[in-house]
Amino acid sequence: MLAKRIIPCLDVKNGRNVRGVKFSADRDAGDPVELATRYDRERADELVFYDITASAEGRDIVMDLVQEVSEQVFIPLTVGGGIRAFADIREILKGGADKVSINSAAVKDPDIIRQGAESFGSQCIVGAIDALRKPVIAGAASAWEIYINGGRSATGIDALEWVEELVDRGAGELVLNSIDADGTRDGYDIELNRAVAERVDVPIVASGGCGSDEHIYQVLTEGKASAALAASIFHYGDYSIPEVKNFLKQRGVVVRE
Amino acid sequence: MILIIDYGMGNLRSVQKAFEYLGHKAVISENPGQVREASHLVLPGDAAFGDAMRNLHDAGWVEPIHSSIEGGKPFLGICVGLQLMFSESEERGKHRGLDLLPGKVVHFPDSERVPQIGWNQIAIKKPVEILAGVPEGSFFYFVHSYYVDAAVPEDCAATTEYGLEYTSIAQRDNIFGVQFHPEKSQDFGLKILKNFASLN
Repeated sequence: MLAKRIIPCLDVKNGRNVRGVKFSADRDAGDPVELATRYDRERADELVFYDITASAEGRDIVMDLVQEVSEQVFIPLTVGGGIRAFADIREILKGGADKVSINSAAVKDPDIIRQGAESFGSQCIVGAIDALRKPVIAGAASAWEIYINGGRSATGIDALEWVEELVDRGAGELVLNSIDADGTRDGYDIELNRAVAERVDVPIVASGGCGSDEHIYQVLTEGKASAALAASIFHYGDYSIPEVKNFLKQRGVVVRE
Repeated sequence: MILIIDYGMGNLRSVQKAFEYLGHKAVISENPGQVREASHLVLPGDAAFGDAMRNLHDAGWVEPIHSSIEGGKPFLGICVGLQLMFSESEERGKHRGLDLLPGKVVHFPDSERVPQIGWNQIAIKKPVEILAGVPEGSFFYFVHSYYVDAAVPEDCAATTEYGLEYTSIAQRDNIFGVQFHPEKSQDFGLKILKNFASLN
């Protein structure tokens, strides 16, 4: 059986630090390579590196990191953040990443998805979205709007229509980041994940809002997501990956131990 | 020396890194003339079947691949590399493959999310050398929309379930193929590469 995936996300900024990481004194503080190798030992199913500076220097730092991690970690690596043009996709894949996560750039020029998929295959083109819930008008179904530039700019684009376009253009997988849920630790936006999973056939990766193993269970079952991405619950040491996988397994979810 | 065939498709560096990590010399080559110097051949691939086959033909790989296999060199196809080993594919039209093994490459049923992305298990059908030390039910990392329907049941060394049961490892004599990415499948993936590199 295909296992549900648990994917830790490392947010990397200048100085090779990882946002939101609080280490105890006996750990290698702030070294993303250490963190990545720890997650590898804990049998994370993939790793995502997110360049939160989204600048040329930020890219160089992330790529140095991917280069170093990929020498010793043999699981899939995804890089996101700051992708502007087709040339960036090529550079990231050449640098050792297996997948590139594309967000705002696709809204500005949707053809970047097609170009990437045709040149390198859909398997390495991940369509990422930042979605915010629209106010519900009585009787209507929930709806979400696409935001870009790190959630700062509204686009007026309907999220469910947009995910369909991303898949039509060749995205092999989608990462759904809920702006409403992000940082709350109150749980993923289950309804968003389920609505998108029912709309398209590619695998869905849930992102934003994870605060517990229960939240991961909910989004992988009720939310119909194929994978759950989480940052702080792992970085802060609230849960280890084996703990989460064990919890899921006991509830009947297929995971790779 | 392990020769990784570079026909302009996909990220080959990760395959090379995995062999290097295991202590083997692996060379990414665009030159079919180098096949003679190689002890083992690896055919990776992330591309569309038709494009991949055209590139193999245009760069002059097809004949050297056939003759080195006839000469007994171990050969390993990875992902689309496995699919290319078979007779034909239905991926975007009909395409002839390398035809090392009879069978065809077809699309997953509509009942499943496609592509299949993630870790799935193998059920071992016969004890081939590359599976030495790999337990039944081990997970490997898969990314694909098409699968191999092998015409000769004995060519199937392991199967995987995704909507149906399909061939995830193929083998005949010195020809091996895996549908998953061993270079992205942690310890058991590396074990398979190590076993392959140890064949002579």
